[in-house]
Amino acid sequence: MTGSGHFSYFVTVFLMVAGLFIVIARSNLIKKLVGLGIFQTSVYLLYIAPGKLVGGTAPILSDAFSVYSNPLPHVLILTAIVVGVATLALGLALVVRIREAYDSIEEDDILARDAAPGPIEQDP
Amino acid sequence: MNLAPHLPALQVVVPLMAAPLTVLLRQRDLAYVLALIASWAAFIISALLWLQVEATGTISYAIGSWPAPWGIEYRVDRLSAFVLVLVAGVAAVVLPYSRASIETEVPRRQHYLFYTMFLLCLAGLLGITITGDAFNIFVFLEVSSLSTYVLIALGRDRRALFASYQYLIMGTIGATFIVIGIGLLYLMTGTLNLADMGRRIAAVQNTRPVLAALAFLTVGISLKLALFPLHQWLPNAYAFAPSAVSAFLAATATKVAVYVLLRFYYSVFGQSQVFARLPMQEAMLLLALAGMFAASAIAIFQTDLKRLFAYSSVGQVGYIILGLSFNSTSGLTASIAHLFNHGITKGAIFMLLGCVVLVMGGTSMARVQGLGKRMPLTSLGIVVCGLSLIGVPGTAGFVSKWYLLLAALEKGQWWLVFLIVASSLLAVAYVWRFVEAAYFREPRKDVVGSGAVPWSMGLPAAVLVAATGYFGLDTSFTVGSASRAAALLMEGLR
Repeated sequence: MTGSGHFSYFVTVFLMVAGLFIVIARSNLIKKLVGLGIFQTSVYLLYIAPGKLVGGTAPILSDAFSVYSNPLPHVLILTAIVVGVATLALGLALVVRIREAYDSIEEDDILARDAAPGPIEQDP
Repeated sequence: MNLAPHLPALQVVVPLMAAPLTVLLRQRDLAYVLALIASWAAFIISALLWLQVEATGTISYAIGSWPAPWGIEYRVDRLSAFVLVLVAGVAAVVLPYSRASIETEVPRRQHYLFYTMFLLCLAGLLGITITGDAFNIFVFLEVSSLSTYVLIALGRDRRALFASYQYLIMGTIGATFIVIGIGLLYLMTGTLNLADMGRRIAAVQNTRPVLAALAFLTVGISLKLALFPLHQWLPNAYAFAPSAVSAFLAATATKVAVYVLLRFYYSVFGQSQVFARLPMQEAMLLLALAGMFAASAIAIFQTDLKRLFAYSSVGQVGYIILGLSFNSTSGLTASIAHLFNHGITKGAIFMLLGCVVLVMGGTSMARVQGLGKRMPLTSLGIVVCGLSLIGVPGTAGFVSKWYLLLAALEKGQWWLVFLIVASSLLAVAYVWRFVEAAYFREPRKDVVGSGAVPWSMGLPAAVLVAATGYFGLDTSFTVGSASRAAALLMEGLR
């Protein structure tokens, strides 16, 4: 296999690393979630791309075709997409609540505001 | 209709179906009764499955009658049956407790949603344990994780929100790493069934994607089980979640992640030579030791009991991984037994701390001063569980640590015996901090406790404390099940 045959893997790895970098490097809570979304999306590509054969058709048995693409990764990733949407929705909902409670969506601000403890305690 | 052959499916379906019903009921008492029935049913099913597995061996159940490896297989073997009993048992004890506990910690109109999330989390954890399908593990992992994030965010402090957000980020990274690992294994073996994967992996064991899959799975699962230094999400999550949630998570969530690690290491990678090519044993040993010492040392300096015992959990995970790193039947026996014993001990501690929150308003060191006089039974319970964390004979913690020492001796690692005992001394130090505050200090004037512990909270907590003592004396269930499960795993390795 040549370098061009690995093209989809290069894209996958680039998205993966870029997404993970955003999650780690950004302190804005929304941007972190965007990075997380990109990171998860790269996995969709990792699953789907190898399932496709050049010239392959949908797996419906017919005498006219002999090469079929694998449909299973698509089904798996459909599930993973639902999970990703749910995670993003929950994450955004949490950010809304965090903004109501702290009036900020910057990680550093939030940590600084909780650093000063109350009079007798640091009760949870 | 005979339900017995369908018990593996019902194990997951009962809590999973009860969860949306509690939303439809929209009424907290009805939701509570339904959740109670569902969780007790799950416990009874898990006990029946355990009996069946002990009598007849591994049960394989084809979901929708699609035979494995094409369909999704639910597979109950000695290891998963044992973990199912732990998870469902703790849920059955924590749920009656939660009713009074969330009264003061969660707004009333959200109570029915608490039960929904609790049942979803239970269904997810049971699903991870029972399924024999790699992708199914990921799906159930996310079912349990997403509901866990919501449960943590229900905490009354605003820091619960941020703790939940941090756990969401770290947990999702962990789960995505796991799904990358599963994807690479699927690409190389062409199957998602764990047993089938284990059979086929030997043919591709020398390829780079398989090594990458092992790396991704190890990091991803280690994040979930809070292996040092991937534990940062855990202390805040346990400290700020409602007490009932802390108790349930501390007893089950990280333990199920350990189960997933064992499953992948022994049932999938066990039949290949992958471990011969990578220094996994040494890496796990080092991380386990680092966790045992660093996390226990951090625990000593905490000003809040919930955080203190949360760091202690990270340290105790170290012992479980230490047993795993020996890669011997006795090491695995110690790991699996400690998984159970630590689960019930930590569950009991967090339930008792929930009682302290209810009466004293919090669990900071300042608030628990003189607790021995104000809440004698609760303090006594925490001390008994603390002794189990240290590993004093007569408690559950001693049994599994004893087997861990035996496993270390079997390997001829004398220095490890010394280190295990030395790290137990750190546990003595952090348990002593509670004893000193509770029994040797006078109550502070500015802390006023109110009310008493309702029996619906005291009784379930007492059950778990009693279990901590009972399993310290009668080890036939814990060590017996653990050693048979360990033998089964090692068989897969050969």
